[in-house]
Amino acid sequence: MRRKGWVAFVAAAAALCLGLAPDAKADGHEVKVGVILGFTGPIESLTPPMGDSAELAMKEVSDSGAFLGGKMMVPVRGDSTCIDAAAATAAAERLVTAEGVAAIFGADCSGVTIAITNNVAVPNGVVIISPSATSPALTTIEDNGLFFRTAPSDARQGQVLAEVLIERGISSVAVTYTNNDYGKGLDGSFGAAFAALGGTVEISAAHEDGKGDYSAEVGALAASGAEHLVVFGYIDQGGKGIIQGAVDTGAFENFIVGDGMIGDSLIEAIGDALTGTIGTAPGSASEGAAAFVELAAANGVDGDGPFRGESYDAAALIALSMQAAGTADRGASASKVLEVANAPGEQIGPGELGKALQILADGGEIDYQGATNVELTDVGEAAGSYAVMEVEGGAFMTKEIR
Amino acid sequence: MTDVANAIVLLLNFVIVPGVAYGSQLALGALGVTLIFGILRFANFAHGDVMAFGTMVVLLTTWWFQGMGVGIAPLPTALIALPFGIVGAAAFNLAADRVVFRFYRRRKSPPVILLIASVGVMFALQGIVRFIIGPDDRRLADGARFIIKASEFKAATGLKEGLAIKLSQGLTLAVAAIAVAALFWFLHRTRAGKAMRAYSDNEDLALLSGVSPDRVVFYAWLIAATLAAVAGTMYGIDKSYKPFTYFQLLLPIFASAILGGIGHPIGAVAGGFIVALSETAVTYAYKKFLRYLVPESWEPSGLMQLLSTDYKLAISFVILVVVLLVRPTGIFRGRVLS
Repeated sequence: MRRKGWVAFVAAAAALCLGLAPDAKADGHEVKVGVILGFTGPIESLTPPMGDSAELAMKEVSDSGAFLGGKMMVPVRGDSTCIDAAAATAAAERLVTAEGVAAIFGADCSGVTIAITNNVAVPNGVVIISPSATSPALTTIEDNGLFFRTAPSDARQGQVLAEVLIERGISSVAVTYTNNDYGKGLDGSFGAAFAALGGTVEISAAHEDGKGDYSAEVGALAASGAEHLVVFGYIDQGGKGIIQGAVDTGAFENFIVGDGMIGDSLIEAIGDALTGTIGTAPGSASEGAAAFVELAAANGVDGDGPFRGESYDAAALIALSMQAAGTADRGASASKVLEVANAPGEQIGPGELGKALQILADGGEIDYQGATNVELTDVGEAAGSYAVMEVEGGAFMTKEIR
Repeated sequence: MTDVANAIVLLLNFVIVPGVAYGSQLALGALGVTLIFGILRFANFAHGDVMAFGTMVVLLTTWWFQGMGVGIAPLPTALIALPFGIVGAAAFNLAADRVVFRFYRRRKSPPVILLIASVGVMFALQGIVRFIIGPDDRRLADGARFIIKASEFKAATGLKEGLAIKLSQGLTLAVAAIAVAALFWFLHRTRAGKAMRAYSDNEDLALLSGVSPDRVVFYAWLIAATLAAVAGTMYGIDKSYKPFTYFQLLLPIFASAILGGIGHPIGAVAGGFIVALSETAVTYAYKKFLRYLVPESWEPSGLMQLLSTDYKLAISFVILVVVLLVRPTGIFRGRVLS
């Protein structure tokens, strides 16, 4: 008898679970959107303002009252962990099946973004827009037209960084990169561009994240004889450890960093030794960028930092493409993303989402500019302008835009 | 002549100094593992996470001290917080023994069952540590950072290569030396220590001579916890505190203990230094080193690196396998505490 009761209980629980999913989707007043970022893991200090920026756009969309005839856009957060593809896939799977999200904002790091796109977005036909996955591998991913990103591919960043170094007379460097899709992609594009411009990469060595000690890695890099160290890593992880080790042992005094390493916490941790460090990060000096920082500040979000404008834009594109498609049904908006992001149409800056939604509802066309001058290529990724930064007086200062 | 000096300083800076500091940390960890093996006859997999737990207590106490403005600058505050970490780790070890290990010991379970039980304790402890302090990377060190700075060394000697010795590296070596000396004094000079060695050598004979097994086991857990907390804290001060790295330390620690001869304290210390120095020496790229020593025409074009640093962790595995194949008892012929 007891066993029977148990079975009945399990069956009831299962029925309840199964019953919940369609329920959530059937609720006509809300459109749920997954916000999947590495809230834990190697870039956990970067992700909270990214999530806030995306949710700021969603709030703006909801408050406008013009979204699909007055619907609300509700964010549901998930943790991509940045590095654990299995955990990220599980989190995305939960968002899609249990929460019934209509689209996914995210993910952040390239490896988990590839995993989520392949394992969750494509099989379920869900649109996924990443603000920060920059691996060149995502350009050619088999995504059935569902994957977009508001960040440019690292193929471009490597090129920009190589040009900057050659112009400054740096022709011999040691490179270390985090051993994943992001690090390898950036290392490859930088190495090729640097060599083509006449520079020499003396050593290119991977480092693993999450170790306590990087003295062996630093020793090998220093032994190459190069005076400049290029670090393509993560700010909360091995990248910081490598720079710390290099400063401690006096192995290097000049650092060049990729976008994953740009942030105030790096300067806090290392201190004055970083002065003169050169870095690149996606960014632009457009009016939109300044307007976004202002808009964010007015809403209690710090919008001045890496990938925050991209996050706002990615979330905005999700909403605008749904509006253009006239429905929040999964995948229906995929064909509309490029339409709303690129010309022709009325230019839309940050804080003008309500206006844009109205134009689309009235059958007009828009050219979304947003915080980062959004212009998507035909494979659906940002064409890419980069800010070249340098550490001066204890902060990363933007020197120029390319 | 300066070329030779440069080459030596280069090697010191990148291989010997970090290797010796890391070796002291491994030696302290391996001593704890070896001690438990000598007395309780099983490999305690929870030891790495006991290190993380003890260090966590030290970190929390350090924050408390820093909050009150108590410090011993230029030395790190963590040093005065260390006794609290030792008490915390000891309390955990004794609790784990009472709740888990004693049950199997009384049933005279074979060592492999105790080993598997220790894996369970390890997972539970990992959860506890993350529950209390989270998985993040945290800084344990404060106060002065260097004994010798690379730039100062260059200025003082006029050499091209700098030598940096961090305060944490000097402290690690000093604390490890004190801890090892105290342990040997305890094992060889005190009644309780002699009882432990007798118990380890021959359990039945020791029981006949009136040695209390409960006492011996109690001391073993206590000392292992002390060593774990000290090793964990020194590692944390030298690098940074991150719970997951202590779990990763488990492999080199076991490699050290087995290389030296498990159950053999001197072996554990020797093993710790051998494993650490081979990790740094094998993965070091000798290009710059050779450039100082050989004529220009012989200068190597490659990096002269035996193994990429990616394979650092694999060196412990290789040492472990080779030792088990060639000399399973280890360098010092372990198995008993002698």
